[in-house]
Amino acid sequence: MANIKVEGLTKVFGKRSKQGLELLKQGKSKDDILAETGLTIGVNQASFEVNDAEIFVIMGLSGSGKSTLVRLLNRLIEPTDGKVWIDGENLAQMNDKDLREVRRKKMSMVFQKFGLFPFRTIIENVEYGLEIQGIDPTTRRKQAFESLELVGLKGYENQYPDQLSGGMQQRVGLARALANDPSVLLMDEAFSALDPLIRKDMQDELLDLQEKMQKTIIFITHDLDEALRIGDRITIMKDGAIVQIGTPEEILVNPANDYVERFVEDVDRSKVLTASHIMKRPETVNIDKHGPRVALERMKEEGISSILVIDSKRKFKGYVTADDASIARKQEIKTLEGILKTDIPKIEKDTPMHDIFNIIHNIPTPVAVVENERLVGIIVRGAVIAALANDSEVESENA
Amino acid sequence: MLNNLTEFIPRIPIAEGTAWFVGWLTSTFAFLFNPIKTYFGDFMEWTANLLYSIPPIIVILIVALAAFFLTGKKYGLAAFSVFGLWLVHNQGLWEDLTFTITLVILASVLSVIIGVPFGILMSKSKTADAIIRPVLDFMQTMPAFVYLIPAVAFFGIGMVPGVFASLIFATPPTVRFTNLGIRQVPTELVEASDAFGSTGAQKLFKVELPMAKATIMAGINQTVMLALSMVVIASMIGAPGLGREVLSALQRAQVGPGFVAGLGIVILAIIIDRFTQNVNTKN
Repeated sequence: MANIKVEGLTKVFGKRSKQGLELLKQGKSKDDILAETGLTIGVNQASFEVNDAEIFVIMGLSGSGKSTLVRLLNRLIEPTDGKVWIDGENLAQMNDKDLREVRRKKMSMVFQKFGLFPFRTIIENVEYGLEIQGIDPTTRRKQAFESLELVGLKGYENQYPDQLSGGMQQRVGLARALANDPSVLLMDEAFSALDPLIRKDMQDELLDLQEKMQKTIIFITHDLDEALRIGDRITIMKDGAIVQIGTPEEILVNPANDYVERFVEDVDRSKVLTASHIMKRPETVNIDKHGPRVALERMKEEGISSILVIDSKRKFKGYVTADDASIARKQEIKTLEGILKTDIPKIEKDTPMHDIFNIIHNIPTPVAVVENERLVGIIVRGAVIAALANDSEVESENA
Repeated sequence: MLNNLTEFIPRIPIAEGTAWFVGWLTSTFAFLFNPIKTYFGDFMEWTANLLYSIPPIIVILIVALAAFFLTGKKYGLAAFSVFGLWLVHNQGLWEDLTFTITLVILASVLSVIIGVPFGILMSKSKTADAIIRPVLDFMQTMPAFVYLIPAVAFFGIGMVPGVFASLIFATPPTVRFTNLGIRQVPTELVEASDAFGSTGAQKLFKVELPMAKATIMAGINQTVMLALSMVVIASMIGAPGLGREVLSALQRAQVGPGFVAGLGIVILAIIIDRFTQNVNTKN
């Protein structure tokens, strides 16, 4: 059963929006209409259906109209034309009172910058949606608690939003949206303001929650990785119009046009690994402090036959081998200068995998990874091969 | 030729028109103005007397305590209030001080009661904004003395016309800052409030006004300061208080008493300013 059905949904910004609508129906493009009339097309005759309990991702670059589209769905922005059917009712034609009811009971929203009220405590934020429905304090507090527990923020009820990290704040945003148990969840770039690691966690958590809750989720993002991770189906938008709708596989394998293809390419490019992804923490000795004796001792501890040498500023100097070091020790030499070898390749931290492979495949030593001359890591051959193997695995999975 | 052009249109009788209009207002709305004059005047008199009937030491202590707790248990403002108010009492200006406080507080309260709703109206409606904005400019730039003339026509002399003149002069900042504060509420919060199905009133009282509170308080602080600055001007139409002492010192060229009364106003201004600012910065 289709939970939400959108037909020809259009938004034209500007005073003579009807004129823009006419031009759109004649098939004129966004740029033409802007040049001709000065009207901005937000969304151009979007039509799609979202199934029950589906995560439907709307993706596009900034300015593609995705945020406008999601706001047309709950009428934070008034549509110029088109229909939004939810459970058989056309939201676009609803009067204010019915619209409020839908917003209160059926649809809630999570915002990019969280949209939390800074003067309310966490629990007061979560119960906002219930409070404005006039639900009595005890009941709403209980429901808000349950919702907060669901997102794993029990114990933070009486904090204020600015006391929480970004990830936690967005959990509050999610808890607030879930508190009135809506059937539809609109998430506008909900994880875009979070740092990459937290973002992954939140995506996983959303998927876990979704398994339990089975909501219809409309998720806006500009990040194809995110779309592929969480979307059951993905819609790609450009210039306010929908370019392609499909499952992640369909989008990757059969991009509908150049625009989608470029998107997909971008993903591959972003998946290219660099030195920083596969390097290990190096074992080192300090040329300013240590002599052959310490170097030998460290190599014995780690079970290696050579060790990298740095100075007190962590600047990369070279390496010494165990053989040279033991000779030097016998000769009672106290410093490493005499036995320092420098014939080891140095690469920058952001060198792509491809180049590393070319360097490493015909030399016996590991490769030192530097950043501004400072040693940050080491790459051994095995790591490169392992990483390449993983990468092709990912590719064959996607194909 | 050019001369002829500028002389072509005879002088437009703005002055006569205004005089006629104020006269018309005075006689037409006498049924409104007279009771206000009588009852509000009595009320102000009563408030001032009530304040005066409290022993000064108790007033000073209450103010000091309030200052202490309002500033987060710091002694600075409390100590200043004790010293400042004691000095005013010491200079024999206590009764004038009570009149001035009454005038300032009542004028400010009325300004806020009138100003905040207009500010909200401006923030919600472009039309209201376009109409009210030039009116506010007019109210603020017209020399305050000018308001005294119709004030006397409407309400005679004394404290009531003083309050009326202050009201016109001091209300604009509250209106402006309320408007600004509400317009500055981040879009996402307004959207969040809408997206959960708030009614207009719920959005206003649960989101917009709390968010705008700091800005509105800054406006109210300005309003109170302007009302205080009207104290001297209002004394020209017989409003009692510190301003009257300043005025009479001016008329007799007595630099000493003039300075003392002026100092009283300064002390009061500092105390009121710090009080309203601290309400503002709290939380």
